Amino acid sequence: MTATVHVPGGSMPAAPVEPRKRRASKVPYLLLLPGVAWLLVFFVAPMIFLASQSLQTGSIEQGYALTWHIGTYGDALSAFHSQLFRSFGYAATATVLGLLVGYPLAYTIAFKAGRWKNVLLVLVIAPFFTSFLIRTLAWQTILSSDGPVVGFFRATHLMDLLRSLHLVAGNDLLSTPFAVVMGLTYNFLPFMVLPLYASLERIDIRLLEAGGDLYARPFTAFRKVTWPLSLPGVVAGTLLTFIPAAGDYINSKLLGNTSTTMIGQVIDGQFLRVLDYPTAAALSFTLMLAILVIVAVYVRRAGTEELV
Amino acid sequence: MATATEPTRVTGTRPASPARRRRNPWTWLREHVVAIVAVLAFVYLLLPNVVVIIFSFNKPNGRFNYTWSHFSTDAWTNVCGAPGMCESLALSLRIGVLATIGATVLGTLMAFALGRHRFRGRPQTNLLIFMPMATPEVVMGSSLLTLFLNLKIPLGTTAILIAHVMFCVSFVVVTVKARIAGLDPRLEQAAADLYANEFQAFWRVTFPLVAPGIAAGALLAFSLSFDDYIITNFNATTSSVTFPMYVWGAAQRGTPVQINVIGTLMFLLALAAVVTGQLVSSRRAGRA
Amino acid sequence: MAETASTGGDLHLQSLTKQFGSFVAVDDLSLTIPQGSFFALLGPSGCGKTTTLRMVAGLEEPTAGRILIGADDITDTKPYRRPVNTVFQNYALFPHLDIFENVAFGLRRRGSKNVKQQVDDVLELIELGHLARRKPTQLSGGQQQRVALARAIVNHPSVLLLDEPLGALDLKLRRQMQLELKRIQTEVGLTFVHVTHDQEEAMTMADTIAVMNNGRIEQLGDPASLYENPVTTFVANFLGQSNLVRARVTSRSGEHLTVDVQGTTFTMPRARCTSESDDIWMGVRPEKIQVNATAAGANTILGTVTDTSYIGVSTQYLVQLGFGQELTVVRQNDGAPILRPGQEVYLSWEPAHTFGLDARQDAKAGVEREEGELVPAGDAS
Ligand SMILES: Nc1ncnc2c1ncn2[C@@H]1O[C@H](COP(=O)(O)OP(=O)(O)OP(=O)(O)O)[C@@H](O)[C@H]1O
Ligand SMILES: [Mg+2]
Repeated sequence: MTATVHVPGGSMPAAPVEPRKRRASKVPYLLLLPGVAWLLVFFVAPMIFLASQSLQTGSIEQGYALTWHIGTYGDALSAFHSQLFRSFGYAATATVLGLLVGYPLAYTIAFKAGRWKNVLLVLVIAPFFTSFLIRTLAWQTILSSDGPVVGFFRATHLMDLLRSLHLVAGNDLLSTPFAVVMGLTYNFLPFMVLPLYASLERIDIRLLEAGGDLYARPFTAFRKVTWPLSLPGVVAGTLLTFIPAAGDYINSKLLGNTSTTMIGQVIDGQFLRVLDYPTAAALSFTLMLAILVIVAVYVRRAGTEELV
Repeated sequence: MATATEPTRVTGTRPASPARRRRNPWTWLREHVVAIVAVLAFVYLLLPNVVVIIFSFNKPNGRFNYTWSHFSTDAWTNVCGAPGMCESLALSLRIGVLATIGATVLGTLMAFALGRHRFRGRPQTNLLIFMPMATPEVVMGSSLLTLFLNLKIPLGTTAILIAHVMFCVSFVVVTVKARIAGLDPRLEQAAADLYANEFQAFWRVTFPLVAPGIAAGALLAFSLSFDDYIITNFNATTSSVTFPMYVWGAAQRGTPVQINVIGTLMFLLALAAVVTGQLVSSRRAGRA
Repeated sequence: MAETASTGGDLHLQSLTKQFGSFVAVDDLSLTIPQGSFFALLGPSGCGKTTTLRMVAGLEEPTAGRILIGADDITDTKPYRRPVNTVFQNYALFPHLDIFENVAFGLRRRGSKNVKQQVDDVLELIELGHLARRKPTQLSGGQQQRVALARAIVNHPSVLLLDEPLGALDLKLRRQMQLELKRIQTEVGLTFVHVTHDQEEAMTMADTIAVMNNGRIEQLGDPASLYENPVTTFVANFLGQSNLVRARVTSRSGEHLTVDVQGTTFTMPRARCTSESDDIWMGVRPEKIQVNATAAGANTILGTVTDTSYIGVSTQYLVQLGFGQELTVVRQNDGAPILRPGQEVYLSWEPAHTFGLDARQDAKAGVEREEGELVPAGDAS
């Protein structure tokens, strides 16, 4: 993301140093100071406190002491590993679905929308204008058991298909894994579409035409030209979907049932209702580390460092 | 507009008989699958908003506004009729505005540092800014709670505000930095060439050109702050109920129709603002 | 504005050097540009023209050397304090300001009075008064170019720097703008330093041309003397076309020099040979060569026509000499019959049209523009 500064090859003998008074400037540091301080105090420090909390023992009445009790992690994981894996499973599914839905959408806006481009972009972000809790509640109405959507699913045997995939249990859509994944996909779809659109829009249309000339089949042209050029958008979009989806619990709470509980819900409950801070902190920290590892591996494999 | 480019491209690369293609529905489907998915995606995206609007005119039978009963404008004529809702809305607006100001100021300063200067510690700074975006809300919320509990800082409005500024600032940095990166450095040089000192060049040229990015970052910050539930919930008290918290509570106890009225109003207001902005800018571009 | 109108406004560059890392972009460059002149910096792409201008404008710090305007050393002066304005290579008009405000920008920064009057006047000068309230993006390339010019000259700088101001325009508009630029320069009387890599543009517009190559000035002079009397093979080839033939000096008597070219004897004025060595390149411009059916007088050599290209106003021939080298000959189409390939002809030229260059120089230096000769304007970079 930083502009490459042209540096002549190292083979040359060291050049006489430019007498450019580089004014070892304090300006950038002054500009950064308030923001960086804010993030250090209210983002980094809390993480340290969180890590510390996860290694403490005690109770809320008697207070906690740092005892380096690693065992909390083991206990927490053995109690809640299924919620953790479920969270990643749901998040990954929602990410893939989001890509499948979002890519054609972004592609259409970028290349086929002509002068309607801006209107369609507004329509993509328009859902944001209404509080997402309200919209998630609207899904309860849409998916309710006597509604047209459920009727359609029953009539077309889509319901049977979902049942065979264990995405629904009975003859309803609400309070099922299907509803949760659908809700996650829905909620983070704009986060998928906007980066995709940004990277597609940057593609020179002449490249696509050249691709069309070189590869007779449009799909080959897509695979060889469009897709590789849109990869930065794909990486950004999938990360912006996966990360918040993995920690989300609004959808699983409002659209799911007790067997769709996600890890966020557990953390929330342990912190705010059970008041077992070490376990909650251990789970929170585990979630954080797991996501960092996944993101790091993913970004390395995708070969894109341009995230910020 | 889609049809204007598509057929020429297809016939240009693949000399198939257009007549045959038109007749076969499968071929038609295959060629338009992208557009069809796009249309369905729009339905998917916008359906809940439509439902929210429709159900703002519902008169539900029970406490929950989930099934259609009959048409009524009661909720519209008595928006603050749901106890506590308008108070929570006011609190959310207040926190939203303050958090936006804070995050926009801090984020813009950082964006200028990163977009305009080379300095030691740059990659570390970028990482620090990236991290909050790569951290799930539940982790940020719970870690802040741990900090506040350990330092005995009282929870409530101030704690929420601190949290909101923290998670909004990165988004502002990214938005503004992109705008700065797209700026032609020659414009500032031209300003310097035309007798503008560093301050004037910034104020007369750089700032006006970056301003749309700052505005976009601020809007993003406001909507993130206004809409946040998870982080807020960790740091709130019973006397600092924001609008999303109110909605969450209502989802357990019973949803007043007024929630849908607010949802509809937010949607229409924002849409009106965007459309006006578009019209103004396109009018300006098309004039003279 | 009025402060620059008097004496002592010459621009002096003294041993100006700019390095990027170990790469020397401008190499020990010294020159003086008289006040009020139209000065062209001509050279191939990458030779350091823009870098030189940017140092004068204060946008690039020299690695070494000084820059003076009159007696004022401005080397360390901030760009916004220099009485210098630039017309940027891509105009760099402020997109958020309308034309009027773009032009008024410099005046406002200096707290000038009568901003409106001055801006209106200069917009009148460039004939764009009616577009004052448009944004730059709503103008054509040529119009943007003129606004960029107006934005600079309205400040009456001591020196106006123009970096390939016509580079983005098509051939026709370019020719038109060349005349207009020249007219405006004459009208406002400012020192113009005009960078270009189009030799025709430099020759039609400038009072003085400096031909630049690899960060150095190869030769400096008025267009005619550069063309008629190039001192390096680079200048001979870069500015128009030249025939360079290897020759040996056989005698230096008084004003004249006698040379031998594979058995044929030529003479030239001694002053037109820049080399003291006995091995030289003997040069002659294609249009200076006479074509005759019979041998007539001195400075004559026999050759065979190998190629004929009809250009309209003239015809260009390639004529092969007995020892194999081909000379380019250009003849006006004044009614004389067109020569056919295979025809034997005698070529001759005036001794005064001959020039001599050091034989150690590369005879091909500066010839990269061969196909560009016929359409010299299309190759903007
Ligand atoms: N900032 C820089 N860092 C490193 N090298 C540079 C820089 N600016 C210019 N150069 C190099 O210096 C040389 C001269 O560049 P300059 O821009 O002055 O060329 P120019 O004569 O204006 O060419 P053109 O006609 O193409 O505009 C080039 O080789 C260029 O690559
Ligand atoms: Mg240049």
